[in-house]
Amino acid sequence: MSTTTMRTTMKPAPTSALNVSRTTATAARVLGQLRHDPRTIALMILIPCVMLFLLRYVFDGSARTFDSIGASLLGIFPLITMFLVTSIATLRERTSGTLERLLAMPLGKGDLIAGYALAFGTLAIIQSALATGLALWFLGLDVTGSPWLLLLVALLDALLGTALGLFVSAFAASEFQAVQFMPAVIFPQLLLCGLFTPRDNMHPALEAISNVLPMSYAVDGMNEVLKHTDMTADFVRDALIVAGCALLVLTLGAATLRRRTT
Amino acid sequence: MMNYTPGPPDTTPKATAIHAADLTVVRGPRTVLRSLDFTVPPGQITGLLGPSGCGKSTLMRAIVGTQARVTGTLEVLGRPAGHPTLRTRIGYVTQAPSVYDDLTIRQNLAYFAAILNPGRAAAEHRHENVTRAIADVDLTSHADVLAGNLSGGQRSRVSLAVALLGTPELLVLDEPTVGLDPVLRRDLWNLFHDIAATRGATLLISSHVMDEAERCHRLLLMREGEILADDTPDALRTRTGSETVEAAFLHLVDAAIAAARTKETTR
Repeated sequence: MSTTTMRTTMKPAPTSALNVSRTTATAARVLGQLRHDPRTIALMILIPCVMLFLLRYVFDGSARTFDSIGASLLGIFPLITMFLVTSIATLRERTSGTLERLLAMPLGKGDLIAGYALAFGTLAIIQSALATGLALWFLGLDVTGSPWLLLLVALLDALLGTALGLFVSAFAASEFQAVQFMPAVIFPQLLLCGLFTPRDNMHPALEAISNVLPMSYAVDGMNEVLKHTDMTADFVRDALIVAGCALLVLTLGAATLRRRTT
Repeated sequence: MMNYTPGPPDTTPKATAIHAADLTVVRGPRTVLRSLDFTVPPGQITGLLGPSGCGKSTLMRAIVGTQARVTGTLEVLGRPAGHPTLRTRIGYVTQAPSVYDDLTIRQNLAYFAAILNPGRAAAEHRHENVTRAIADVDLTSHADVLAGNLSGGQRSRVSLAVALLGTPELLVLDEPTVGLDPVLRRDLWNLFHDIAATRGATLLISSHVMDEAERCHRLLLMREGEILADDTPDALRTRTGSETVEAAFLHLVDAAIAAARTKETTR
């Protein structure tokens, strides 16, 4: 066994800064795990399309309502899917001992998180592209602005979902608990985000709460694209808020990955 | 070992792989390890033996740097335990196999290899390493089987193969042979001896099966968070006048209990 050649080629790679090779290796690994689970991929990609299709005919008589709710849902689907997938995936990583093993290796926490974000971000792009294409060209969703902006918001929402999922997985001891965080974290945002009624029609207290929930800005951003041809200042603000929240929660999530545990 | 000089030379002589002084670990309300003092020599197999729940796993976690609330001195390969530079130099296998069930054996190892030695330039080297590690644990015929479809013993061997990947200087193995058949156990112990002899690696292997103790160069016998003995198997048997290490261990436990009782009564 060639031990000497081995050690000379093994350089003490830095662990704190983001390492591109380790990040892409992690992303490839996460996608590889999913590839062995085609049913999950099919569910992730098809369900949003089926829901949009359903919605189109629920609002058969009022095309305006479908426009507004459909555009909002294009932002909400990736958030919910990625939240669920990430919270379960990272919970498994924590409970199976692979996280402990990885953190005993020269893997930076940033590499792990960026790897997950990259893998699920890729899936989110495919999911959103399909759902957006279906809504715009087959279901007659009437959007004034560019479909690329819809995709951008969908991607940011997916990142936010990944971030939230990663964060709550630290507080779940089992997969049962992890799925229960879905109603706890996502439903309140869903009710208050302006999907059911414009946010300024809500009780002032609820409106104030909705102002600090990130999903509200995701839906606002989608509605800006719906109504305006250009990228408005409000759109930029909404997109930045969603991106900022995703980064903030990812940082909080990184803090829950501890090399030393009791 | 190679191109590496240990930090403080006065406290850590080069002839120790692990050095602990007044090592204490608290988990919740319980003190799991009580003021341990020991050294583990390099290039040898040291067995960590004792009943379940005596603190073996906690001690191993402290050595690899994943255990919180560790106090006292713990130097590993000349660095404080948990030092970032140690992460490529230590191979660690947890008691429960920690591999991805939804990846094949080869995919599992390829990923961990990419973490240890990243970059496209090292790809070929990694491939060789992965193939060798799979062969080391005798799973070549199963290389493309999903880890989740393997038997318990096979999965724990995959976990062991991950630790063999980077040719580590120190291998910390938490009950690596539990639940394996006798032939496989013998083969793995041969592999451990081979690793110590040809690669000059230090191995710390825990077990609660006393007959494995005979295969170690040195033994650390633990009970209730304390070290009862730190010696070679031969010396232990001679010192206690016992036939086997198991008998020696029981003798030491009885002596410890008796000592505790006399302390109690004289108080």
